[in-house]
Amino acid sequence: MKKGTLKQILLITDGCSNKGEDPAATAALANQQGITVNVIGILDDDQTEDPQGLEEVEEIALSGGGVSQLVYKQSLSQTVQMVTKQAMTQTLQGFVNKELKQILGSNQSLEDLEPEKRGEIMEVVEDMGETCDLEVLVLVDTSASMHDKLPTVKEALIDLSISLNARIGRNRFCIFNFPGKRKDIQKVFDWSPKLDEVSTIFPELTSGGITPTGPAIRGAMYQFGKNYLRSFKDEDEPGMEEAWN
Amino acid sequence: MKMNQEWKKHGIELRPGMRIKGKWHKKSYVIKRKLGSGAIGAVYLCELNGKQAALKISDKGTSMTVEVNVLKSLKKVQGNRLGPYLLDVDDWISPHGTIYSFYVMEYLRGETMTSFINHHGREWIGVFMLQLLEDLERLHHSGWVFGDLKTENLLILHSPPRIRWVDVGGTTQIGRAIKEYTEFYDRGYWGLGSRRAEPSYDLFAFVMVFLHVYYPKRFEKSIQSEKTIFKKIDDVKSLSPYSYLLKKAILGKYQSSYQMKQELIDVLYRVQNRRRSKNKKKRKNTAPFIVEAGGITILAVSYYLFSLLL
Repeated sequence: MKKGTLKQILLITDGCSNKGEDPAATAALANQQGITVNVIGILDDDQTEDPQGLEEVEEIALSGGGVSQLVYKQSLSQTVQMVTKQAMTQTLQGFVNKELKQILGSNQSLEDLEPEKRGEIMEVVEDMGETCDLEVLVLVDTSASMHDKLPTVKEALIDLSISLNARIGRNRFCIFNFPGKRKDIQKVFDWSPKLDEVSTIFPELTSGGITPTGPAIRGAMYQFGKNYLRSFKDEDEPGMEEAWN
Repeated sequence: MKMNQEWKKHGIELRPGMRIKGKWHKKSYVIKRKLGSGAIGAVYLCELNGKQAALKISDKGTSMTVEVNVLKSLKKVQGNRLGPYLLDVDDWISPHGTIYSFYVMEYLRGETMTSFINHHGREWIGVFMLQLLEDLERLHHSGWVFGDLKTENLLILHSPPRIRWVDVGGTTQIGRAIKEYTEFYDRGYWGLGSRRAEPSYDLFAFVMVFLHVYYPKRFEKSIQSEKTIFKKIDDVKSLSPYSYLLKKAILGKYQSSYQMKQELIDVLYRVQNRRRSKNKKKRKNTAPFIVEAGGITILAVSYYLFSLLL
């Protein structure tokens, strides 16, 4: 099977969007372009697990073909890497399911196979998850309420890079924050194989309570196009991008 | 794991007395009680034809399949059983029509290592270290790394006391990225190594397992991880015979569990000999020590010799 590149947007936020288009709609658009949108909603310590203002987190991930999770900041590191890996498996499994349908007929999916055969197929999915290349664009909400959470976010992202770089496949990360000064999103850190201490310095927080999540996702989507020409080009086979679509 | 409470879909609650019938193999299990729950699914004590077994059930079919794959590969590892024995894999369709994956495994009954050592004395530390290293050696030899090695995933079975692995869900092929980990036991979290599956990854967690016995509340990370962990090792008197080994494992200096095991055996011999010669000089005062040191060594060494015979 051909090796491919998985593309993910990882949105980290603590509140509801309040400006621009519906983020679930832009996430659906991104998904159409072969980009998975994952969302992590950070809860404040005094919030319950079913808080107001974070309902859209699940919506965005659902239309973005990704995984969502609400979490207190203490567990952010483990959650970030779990969500990313789960989404990878989910995407790859979707791809395998499509192939299965072509081979076995339109109504067959992994769940319709008996457990023994399922096991063999999951081994293939795991192999792919271990060896495929991965691009993650981290999109961090830097509105005022995120202030005390950013150091934890930074730690979690470095930790994510440790986890993913233990894989055999190659990785590229970049970090954007939103809202940007004059634009929807602003680059914090350009595409690179590794995140480390120095690379994750967030700019000053924006105040005013504007959270344009929708436009931010749209902005993030275009960053993959730019990146596509540059990243991995040395070793890639032509046409590999299509392998996942 | 702390994260469990925050993890979104908990799946289902099965009530005692419920019958779970498999979609494929048609076996029918009666639920007795809940044994525990983790990031992926919950484990119940169940009964089939009067025999007890543990049944793990979850709505995360993919992750369950991955775990079953691991249990199957461990079956192929020669020698003693490493994980629980896998009995059945199937799906269950709930009355609401939702499909859940489940698998049934051997039910292991025992006590945690912490409570065992507290009840039966520290002379067992060396024995369990030896047993655990031996199991790890066999696992590594067959191309796997335990990954999520932690106190909660270990159980001491009785007569004879034997350490056993209860949850092998994190087991990862050597050379790949560790599938599952718990921060306290993870060298990546402490900044003391990568999350690539290598024997030394397990040996780091091995040390943390024995530290956890003496620090049940665990301890916090600091900027100088190495110093913190070394200090914690030094502060436990019961671990002092092994402190050199444990520190070496923290620094990732063992290439294999075999190497560490050999050094552990040397330590156990040396402790015995030193105590014996001391004993000749001042026989009166040291009597309790001989009993203790001798006890450790005799137990450990005889266990080792015994295992060689197997």
